[in-house]
Amino acid sequence: MNFDFSDDQKQLRDQARKFLSEECSPKAVRVVLDGKAPYDSDLWKGLAEMGFLGVAIPEEFGGAGAGHLELCVIAEEMGRANAPVPFSSTVYLAAEALLIAGSDAQKKKWLPAIASGEAIGTLALFEGKGNPSPKNIKLAASNGVLNGVKKPVADGAIANFAVVAARTGASGRDGDISLFLVDLKAAGVEVKSLTNLDPTRGQAEITFKDCKAEPLGAVGEGWSILTQVLDRAAVLCAFEQVGGADRALEMGRDYALDRIAFGRQIGSFQAVKHMLADMYVSATLARSNSYYGAWALSTNAAELPEAAAAARISATQAFQHCAKNNIQVHGGMGFTWEFDCHMYYRRANAMALGLGSLSYWEDQLIDRMRKKNAA
Amino acid sequence: MNFDDTPQEAAFRETARKWVEANAPKELEAELSKSSLGRIRLAKHDIVDVGKAWQRKKFEGNWACLHWPKEYGGRGATPIERVIWQQEEGVYGKLTQPFQIGEGMCGPTVMAWGSEDAKRRYLPKLASGEEIWCQLFSEPSAGSDVAGLRTRAEKKGDNWIVNGQKIWTSGAHYSDYGLLIARTDPNVPKHKGLTMFFLDMKSPGVEVRPIKQANGMQEFNEVYFTDVVIPDSQRLGAVGEGWSVSLTTLMNERMSIGARLATGVPELFEFCSNLMLEDGLAIDDPSVRSKLASWAVKSSGLKYTSYRAISALSKGERPGPENSIGKLVSGMMLQDIATYAMDLQGAAGVLTGTDEETVQGQFQQMLLSSPSMRIAGGTDEILRNIIAERVLGLPGDIRVDKDVPYNKIPTKGR
Repeated sequence: MNFDFSDDQKQLRDQARKFLSEECSPKAVRVVLDGKAPYDSDLWKGLAEMGFLGVAIPEEFGGAGAGHLELCVIAEEMGRANAPVPFSSTVYLAAEALLIAGSDAQKKKWLPAIASGEAIGTLALFEGKGNPSPKNIKLAASNGVLNGVKKPVADGAIANFAVVAARTGASGRDGDISLFLVDLKAAGVEVKSLTNLDPTRGQAEITFKDCKAEPLGAVGEGWSILTQVLDRAAVLCAFEQVGGADRALEMGRDYALDRIAFGRQIGSFQAVKHMLADMYVSATLARSNSYYGAWALSTNAAELPEAAAAARISATQAFQHCAKNNIQVHGGMGFTWEFDCHMYYRRANAMALGLGSLSYWEDQLIDRMRKKNAA
Repeated sequence: MNFDDTPQEAAFRETARKWVEANAPKELEAELSKSSLGRIRLAKHDIVDVGKAWQRKKFEGNWACLHWPKEYGGRGATPIERVIWQQEEGVYGKLTQPFQIGEGMCGPTVMAWGSEDAKRRYLPKLASGEEIWCQLFSEPSAGSDVAGLRTRAEKKGDNWIVNGQKIWTSGAHYSDYGLLIARTDPNVPKHKGLTMFFLDMKSPGVEVRPIKQANGMQEFNEVYFTDVVIPDSQRLGAVGEGWSVSLTTLMNERMSIGARLATGVPELFEFCSNLMLEDGLAIDDPSVRSKLASWAVKSSGLKYTSYRAISALSKGERPGPENSIGKLVSGMMLQDIATYAMDLQGAAGVLTGTDEETVQGQFQQMLLSSPSMRIAGGTDEILRNIIAERVLGLPGDIRVDKDVPYNKIPTKGR
């Protein structure tokens, strides 16, 4: 058994960590946090040059052709650094949708542009409150013309193109949903930025009015493709969350060693130690569940749906738990804008919702476990 | 990233599998396979008798204590081979319960600190199951603070005279030998005045009394020592070095990875899949699903954490204090799950039924047993301290009795 990343993959992790520690300092993240830029475009270019944006994109489409395990390793580092770039939208959602369902021409058009950093992509799925469900998709597509509103769309205001989930039928079944590719510069597209919990990652409302769009995958296959995309993204996001949880735990540990109160390091008080030990436990369980997700993703195993849901839940809980208690360990200083704790707190809670909420994934996990037990 | 054996591991697994297939007591398989949440109950057999028979067979086939050197009754197997053996031994591994403290703790301590004569005399008989060992560390006033123990050993000629009391001793009533830590010098700080011995449990002056537990069962004992004579040749390590010797024992306790602890998740899943509530099956209820999912990911997280530890073993790395999380997580889960399963039954949840194996009584028994999971072998609090200090590198607590002679430590008269 070798339930671990390879030496080459670990080397890639070290390389990504070094790069991000130089190019994505908390100071750089704060430029976006404070609203001075919509995202860190220099970092985005750097990630492209490092080959990180196209790490799982095949060479024939301009990527490095490495694979999903390598992408997991990079995702963890992106989460650790709290990177203010549209990585998850572009790489886990848009690129994965293209890889699963894109025609050769669509792949040729967009994948090289993603790998080189020229194109930012996203998934336009949600329409107001609610979790992923065919029922919640009202945006209508008829004869390749879209009409409706999507929100929130992660990174929608900076994206060049979007994968749009639309209704093409009214049977009440999953087959009513189809996917479309839309160039967001096209006529009939209106994009509006929305304020949100985590300003380091933008959210937008996109209105489609008689907007022409090309199908991505067969008509009626949209929900099936989306399910696969969301499962893959759940594993990849779990690695970002694991990276964020680990960083929050480290920040708390370092502060507990540094801060003196009542004449001693606060890390010597059991109330503080035990809180940090519990953070370590949840981060460890999340990491292990995510490794299983990575194995399932990289081998396209039949276990992927269950593994992805477990990784998603575990990593969401761990990041929220570690980010919350990191502030608690810091005490009053943790509640200041000046300290970085709130950036992880914001990111943890925004990420907990991005692919559908925790309760949605809990529901999915139970369905998938039942399916497995029945088989 | 894969779950595959290396070619050598696969060959070893094949050998082990064939041997188990040919030799295991198949007549016990069904009974051993039943979920018992870590507790073994056999209808017609005594666990010690059938355990001894299985251990003997394993010893003859060279599979007992297989990670021990050959000259002491083992096979000289690598740590990963031991894990593979445990996987292949499967449910029959439950039969080794009476020998686990001997194999996991007493044996390694004798191996590290015993004379060559002692190792050759005692270890093979421990491995073959002929002689069972217990561990005599905890005392009524020394639980988590085991170095605060009071049992005295005083030198008289070539012997030591022991007086005192131990507690929570699993298997003392059927053990042949015991590993004993006692205080030999009360005038120095507590960690410095301890010495390790082993003794014949049939020695005059040793009295074993079973403890009736909060769950109604009797698995532990109190052991009283009244002027028990132990020859100096049965001392392990130098006089006053007992604390260092005990660390060998306790470190080995935490090395036993790959041993999967019960969490209660499969039982709860099964229960909720069949339980009819007012509005339908429990498993279709959103609040039930949410709880079930949260526990399921903890359980799978533990499983894959142990896979990561096994992978590290396979590469020749040594497992460390990070393995403390298994018992910490599963102990709390068992208790929470039991409470929740009873809650789902409404007022009828209070009933325990007559048969522990029926669904009705299962969670009630789990509720009553689970507190011991959070205490035995390191309390939740001690495990959190281990994680905080030895994994995260946080400072130890301030110990007010660290440099005080043992007999000057305040006891409040108790």
